[in-house]
Amino acid sequence: MGIYLPIAELSVNVFVLLAMGAAVGFLSGLFGVGGGFLITPLLIFYNIPPAIAVATGANQVIGSSFSGAMSHMKRGTLDFRLGFMLLAGGIVGSTAGIYVFSILRSLGQLDLFISLLYVILLGTVGGLMLVESVNSLRAARGGAPTGLKRPGQHNWIHRLPLKMRFRTSKLFVSVIPVLGIGAIIGFLSSIMGVGGGFIMVPALIYLLRVPTNVVVGTSLFQIIFTSAYTTLVHATTNFTVDIVLAMLLMVGGVAGAQYGVKAGQKLRGEQLRALLALMVLAVAVRLAVDLFIRPDNVYSLSIPGMG
Amino acid sequence: MAARLLFLRCVLALAAMVAGLVSAAAQNPNPEGIQIGLSTENISITAGFSGADLTIFGALENADPEVARQGRYDVIVVLEGPARRIVVRRKDRVLGVWINLQSEEFENVPVSYSVATTRPFQDITEPVSYRQLSLGTNNIYLQPADAEGNQPTIAEFTKALRERKVAAGLYSENVGGVRFLSQNLFRATVRLAPDAPVGTHKARAFLFKNGMFVKESSAQLEIRKAGFEQAVFRLAHNHGFFYGLLSVGFAMAVGWLGSIVFRRD
Repeated sequence: MGIYLPIAELSVNVFVLLAMGAAVGFLSGLFGVGGGFLITPLLIFYNIPPAIAVATGANQVIGSSFSGAMSHMKRGTLDFRLGFMLLAGGIVGSTAGIYVFSILRSLGQLDLFISLLYVILLGTVGGLMLVESVNSLRAARGGAPTGLKRPGQHNWIHRLPLKMRFRTSKLFVSVIPVLGIGAIIGFLSSIMGVGGGFIMVPALIYLLRVPTNVVVGTSLFQIIFTSAYTTLVHATTNFTVDIVLAMLLMVGGVAGAQYGVKAGQKLRGEQLRALLALMVLAVAVRLAVDLFIRPDNVYSLSIPGMG
Repeated sequence: MAARLLFLRCVLALAAMVAGLVSAAAQNPNPEGIQIGLSTENISITAGFSGADLTIFGALENADPEVARQGRYDVIVVLEGPARRIVVRRKDRVLGVWINLQSEEFENVPVSYSVATTRPFQDITEPVSYRQLSLGTNNIYLQPADAEGNQPTIAEFTKALRERKVAAGLYSENVGGVRFLSQNLFRATVRLAPDAPVGTHKARAFLFKNGMFVKESSAQLEIRKAGFEQAVFRLAHNHGFFYGLLSVGFAMAVGWLGSIVFRRD
């Protein structure tokens, strides 16, 4: 069944989009990630203009992170103070990102930049995760206790000035890295249409030593606001948020996530991480191939000021 | 999904009059004319829109029955979308990566262009007259923003622009898409692509007699988004901030509903 997307201005198949949302929702339930980093490339593969895929991806991320953050708030595993500091950085980063986004679009280099960022980030994160999970799978086979290692309690980040106390996270740390992480995530959110959980979670755990149980809730909390801000600014400056597209993806996503959570309970942590790493790498490779292989057509058309 | 047929019936108030004139035309050396009519001045694109075949009816005036009987009248009907500025970019390889390097801007490029003819192009008239009339997907005049630029480059990008438009289904030709129903009544079928642009489209009919261009007639057609799509599009473009808030609100509502409907704990 076809449906006309009012902002993207093209007809798409409803079931393809619902299935896409459900598949990504399933994976995000399975792995506990927002799924923005999968939705945006999938939409681009489905010929949705990248500018619309990014802005709508940001909109879709709000839905999935909101439901996640709600349950963390009930359980008290959400550090509001840390969340707000990350958010302050996020707003700055997101504003800068949207500015860069418009410049790149007018230069005709937006698609390239989005693809490059995806390839680099997904390649790096996927590679690191794969190495880590394969190591812990090996260790588990050898009978050693598994789990993420937390080397040395203090590093250079803990010697920075402007310290602040975060009670829920039991942390006393400088606000500079907190604002910095927030800003990077905000920048990525506006250019890539991702929530940034796949970068924020490791950054909070490894750099700031935030307790793992607080990390996910706090990162989701910050992601809601960064992606809401990104959505708003894209909607006002670039007119690239397609509400119908976002709705279809979210409906599929919410349903898919439930099955993902159930499936996830049957798999071990390291296996899950290895699978997620493989998937992330697969997306990165697919995007990289497009960059290096001669395109079907070297010419492309665009309307100045539009995607 | 099968293409939904969208028929634009034209009521020809002229038909009776034309019929009356035909007999007189045999002796009367009045010049031939052509008329087309659309029963509606606007088409609405709704959620299910997946392209349409548009039927336009028309009539010849003062047609010579002798010429008509020998099939020496030809009609070409064009449906031309609104004009926009368009940038054509070319990717080239830099350090192994394909990057948009060169670009060329064009002005007043019709977003869509659908043409229907009675016979193959080469049988109707000479290539020269197609160029003069800027008729047919290969002859649409594409005006570079910087006409003084490098001529071979402009020619290359003009060709690419046409090819991309044809590949996207926005420029199309339907040979045999115009049929004479009687000696002076004809029916033309032009294709409206699924992503036909909204705005004012111009329907034009060209009459040829013995391979010579005789007369042209035109009518306007408004294509717009209907109902929900229209409301969403307007809201997004005129009240972007409010639309953004709405999108955010909806997303949160879906997330919240999701967490209630499927409790994870």
